[in-house]
Amino acid sequence: MADELNKVINESGIEIKTLYTPEDIEKSGGVDDSRSGEPPFTRGIHAEMYRKRPFTMRQYAGFANATETNKRFQYLIANGQTGLNVAFDLATQCGYDSDAPEAFGEVGRVGMAVDTLKDFEIAFDGIDLEKITVSLTINGTAAILIAMYLAMAEKRGYDLANLRGTAQNDILKEFIGRGTWIFPVEPSVKLVADTIEYCAKNAPKYSPVSVCGYHIRESGSTPAEEMGYAFSIAKAYTDLALERGMDIDAFAGRLSFNFNIFGNLFEQVAKFRAGRRHWAKIVLDGYGAKNPKSGWLRMIAGGGGFGLTIEQPENNIMRGAYYALVGALSGAQTMALCCYDEAYTIPTPKAQRLSLRTMQLLIEEIGLADTVDPLGGSYYIETLTNEMEDKIVEAMDWVDRQGGIVKAVSDGVIQAKVSEHAFRRQKDLESGAQRKVGVNCYVDEDDEVPDVDLHPYDEDGGRVQNEALKEVRKSRDQTEVDRSLDVLLDDASSDRNVMPALIAAVKAYASVGEMTKILGDVYGRYDEPIRF
Amino acid sequence: MSAEKIKVLIAKPGLDGHDVGAKIIVRAMMEAGFDTVYSGLRRTPEDIVQLAKEEDVDVIGLSILSGSHMPLCRKMRELLIDAGMADKLWVVGGNIPKRDRLPLANLGFRGVFPTETRLHDIVDFIRENASWPMN
Repeated sequence: MADELNKVINESGIEIKTLYTPEDIEKSGGVDDSRSGEPPFTRGIHAEMYRKRPFTMRQYAGFANATETNKRFQYLIANGQTGLNVAFDLATQCGYDSDAPEAFGEVGRVGMAVDTLKDFEIAFDGIDLEKITVSLTINGTAAILIAMYLAMAEKRGYDLANLRGTAQNDILKEFIGRGTWIFPVEPSVKLVADTIEYCAKNAPKYSPVSVCGYHIRESGSTPAEEMGYAFSIAKAYTDLALERGMDIDAFAGRLSFNFNIFGNLFEQVAKFRAGRRHWAKIVLDGYGAKNPKSGWLRMIAGGGGFGLTIEQPENNIMRGAYYALVGALSGAQTMALCCYDEAYTIPTPKAQRLSLRTMQLLIEEIGLADTVDPLGGSYYIETLTNEMEDKIVEAMDWVDRQGGIVKAVSDGVIQAKVSEHAFRRQKDLESGAQRKVGVNCYVDEDDEVPDVDLHPYDEDGGRVQNEALKEVRKSRDQTEVDRSLDVLLDDASSDRNVMPALIAAVKAYASVGEMTKILGDVYGRYDEPIRF
Repeated sequence: MSAEKIKVLIAKPGLDGHDVGAKIIVRAMMEAGFDTVYSGLRRTPEDIVQLAKEEDVDVIGLSILSGSHMPLCRKMRELLIDAGMADKLWVVGGNIPKRDRLPLANLGFRGVFPTETRLHDIVDFIRENASWPMN
């Protein structure tokens, strides 16, 4: 009876024992004695990991217009941040120009407004794109914004052959969580394949896709499903690229991933170790890649947004520190950390700095960069790594049984499954079945939930952006714009890779809205399946 | 009005893609026995009012996390009144600062639910208020 009461089952559904021994490792699949830097990379993709180069710290930032965003970037770089993670406003993410009716009230609200190449030129002015790697958090319009980034870098004299950077560009997860889709599922995935193909040939060090388990986890999935679904998605993009006759080794090494870090520390660490091993198996054994680097699970681990609470918000500072510890123990290449005030406002500079310092002190003071995979070899972690890999495979098998990820997304079955989890998660929080400090336990009578502090919408900012756009429209060569948009229409209609046409259109200062409209005319618009 | 008969529309106006909460609310409504319709993402206020009318709902619930609740709710009020749906129960949930709660109530949104609201409080509110016409 007592055992029943004390049963501990982690979120991924694995029962946790009171004590782990070498026998448990054996029973769960045996000891993985591979070294870091060697396939299947369970302990890390590089031999020396953080000893040689600590994780890049890349806080999410960007707001209002390009000028303001540039100022915030300069501030973050001056404070020791080594990468930029760019946020865009919803109009840009959904493919509307700032002066479109749909963009009303949204210009510059949750990120930087981008209409034309001009905005990118201003936003990245004075930033050394060789020293600072830029990550574009963009999906629905990713092909357009990647084209813009490449065009901007080229104009500034950088050699595309050496240009590094990342775009999120994972449209499949947008249909599951986050929601900035534009076109139907199949053409959306086709656009991702276009970017992979184009970058492999022209900007081979640029990472055109960062597959995000992150948002699927935020939307309700378990940690094992987060990784399993991300792999199903990555495989869908890979299959399309292979269908075009590409060599797996020409692009697999540039795929990167984005995972979440909230939850049980040991389950998370095991998730990352198991994920690294399983992805290597998929690419090296499954797809038969020859270059071991093709099997690297390069990732950003971070965020933790769902774990943070508006109740007793100061607790989020501690949560953030533990989440950062998870990130550091996970062997991620890059880390970002949600700020303690994110549950009720856009982070203040002070909160941003606190997150950055949290990560820095793990390296400078706590010893997280001293040795590779410090938890490796623990009976518990090794057993859990084996068991998590089984759970990841289970999640991928479920997707296969639905007819593959593209079908599962098109039918809405995966969205329904994830939202059902979210509902259960919420009920467990409300009933106290899932303990949450300051929310359903250790609640003080006189606790006051902080007020939501929204940045007031800057009507002026919207107006300034619209005027700048008008100015660009006036000064650009309209004949060249029309010509480039005609080529885009033609290439999209003939199912050719649209990247060359997009780059030409971007260079002619065609706008995000104009290019999206052309693509939408050819591909149509996504009709969201409503399924519960 | 019995629970079986309460018909609820949960809608997502604007470009905001955060639908985790809206979908949780849909499930809570279904579990409570309400007949529930979900709009899906990125609907204009015009789309939502049309859907509310077509589906003949008793309750119109908006989920807004982008911070655009004031202009969107102002627009919704105008359209709902024009459509003759002033007697329905209008509620809104999301990232809503305290200072906006009374103005939203004054616009006719009788239930205003910040993100930390418990599901059963929303269900109870709807069960108690769905049959009362607006004064």
